[in-house]
Amino acid sequence: MDLAEVKRIGALARLALGAEETVAMGDQLTRILDYVAQLAAVDTTGVEPTTHPVTLGDAFRDDVVRPSLDPAAALANAPATDGASFIVPRIL
Amino acid sequence: MAADSDLARLTLHEAGALLAANTVTSTALTEACLARIAAVEGSVHAFAHLTVEVARAQARARDQTRPDPLPPLWGLPIALKDNICTRGLPTTCGSRLLANFRPVYDSFVARRLEEAGAVILGKTNMDEFAMGSSCENSALGPTHNPHDLTRVPGGSSGGSAAATAADECLAALGSDTGGSIRQPACFCGVVGLKPTYGRVSRNGLVAFASSLDQIGPITKDARDAALLLAVIAGHDADDSTSAREPVPDYVAGLDVGVAGLRIGLPKEYLSGGLDPEVEQAVGFAIATYERLGATTVEVSLPHTEHAVATYYLVATAEASSNLGRFDGIRYGVRHEGHDLLDLYQRTREAGFGAEVKRRIMLGTFALSAGYYAAYYGKAMAVRTLIRNDFTAAFERCDVLLTPTAPTPPFCLGEKLDDPLTMYLSDIFTIAVSLAGLPAVAFPCGATKQRLPLGAQLIGRPFDEGRLLAMVHAFEAASGQGRMAPAL
Repeated sequence: MDLAEVKRIGALARLALGAEETVAMGDQLTRILDYVAQLAAVDTTGVEPTTHPVTLGDAFRDDVVRPSLDPAAALANAPATDGASFIVPRIL
Repeated sequence: MAADSDLARLTLHEAGALLAANTVTSTALTEACLARIAAVEGSVHAFAHLTVEVARAQARARDQTRPDPLPPLWGLPIALKDNICTRGLPTTCGSRLLANFRPVYDSFVARRLEEAGAVILGKTNMDEFAMGSSCENSALGPTHNPHDLTRVPGGSSGGSAAATAADECLAALGSDTGGSIRQPACFCGVVGLKPTYGRVSRNGLVAFASSLDQIGPITKDARDAALLLAVIAGHDADDSTSAREPVPDYVAGLDVGVAGLRIGLPKEYLSGGLDPEVEQAVGFAIATYERLGATTVEVSLPHTEHAVATYYLVATAEASSNLGRFDGIRYGVRHEGHDLLDLYQRTREAGFGAEVKRRIMLGTFALSAGYYAAYYGKAMAVRTLIRNDFTAAFERCDVLLTPTAPTPPFCLGEKLDDPLTMYLSDIFTIAVSLAGLPAVAFPCGATKQRLPLGAQLIGRPFDEGRLLAMVHAFEAASGQGRMAPAL
């Protein structure tokens, strides 16, 4: 994986990797991708993917109102709030 | 009554019997564990956070009211891995990013433990967000193996395994995504059970890989694992992947024995490259079961060699999505930026450790446009083949027996700079997780240097009871008592 690709993936992952970190990450990911490349040789023609290991039915429940977190609790761990909302940098 | 210093060495069921007979108090048990923690924690570092005052208050409350009959864990001090949400108590997942996080609700298992009367001593150390096999990837520093302080306790539930092995608690809960209960239990010489996917609610477990994560017990013997699993298992309407399967009486089922059982020995797990001492210990477990009337049959799991590659695509893809929530807005340590995107990037860059970033990167890559089909899609298909291997094997046997880890506990620092080698230390536990099956790691020997060695039993879905009965039979027949660390 070259440096430009590491930076592209880093941006998608919302990670501001430093210069040295980018180089090390590229080397490590290249080794790991070389290892996982073995899967290409496995014949999976007509094989359904497994998204969950145990087959479960749909989980239905009655559509009734239940209590949820109160606003103060929902905000309790937030780095910045105004008491009613999360505060984020302005986006407009 | 036993001397106070001995109380911390008890199992849950031994301590529970003394409490029921009124010969010991919860406060005495709790103080014994706290004394043991004071004596050894400086060298083991099994805990991320101690909740001493909470534990003392809970113990006093348990001693003041004694419901009849006593709930199953009444007054018994235990520890929880630090990725299991506990209301008002630190839950940091071994991450700088969650250094100040205190959940505003309890996980399903924490509520079950409270109803059962347990006393919570603290939260145990772990690889950051459960990503690791050595407990070295913690922002709080590594945990040490109580049997040899220069060695790792395994991971990611290394703190839970080390605390239980070192008698700092009577038992603990861990979580397992690719072996994170079983491998540390093996390295520390205790019993660790990963339940069937869906057996235990994941509600309130900080998510790593949602199609793999399960909470399970780490205990001093099989009876304790049965006791603890019975408390935490069962359907939870708040986890849509939790199973409606009835929960059997695991404790009552412990004595069914092993006569007539067919034990499958997967040839891919037992041939070539196995450490000779691991091989010898697994051989002893097999011989013990044969002596007790079980038969063995060789089986094949032909896609075993692809399990690690499959896992590191599936688990990292899910992780890259799950860890998207750590953006410095709703919780966690925020690092300000000049705009919202910059805030996200700085927060995550500063908050996550190297292994977590590596896995987020790998998972993001595997899910990205142009690579999805070749990596994530391919891995999901191979996962099906790995599941099918197990289904076919279980047509010829009742359980599978394998090593838990390919080597004895390795040294701190030994594999830290080589992620791929570290990943391969989970080679015997990962396929089971991909298939969603229950498996238990149990001690069955020691190296010449007195390091614990263990085996793994793998069952059909929801066959935890049989696995625990088999470990119980081994414990009774082997004549090996629990190996206590010389701490």
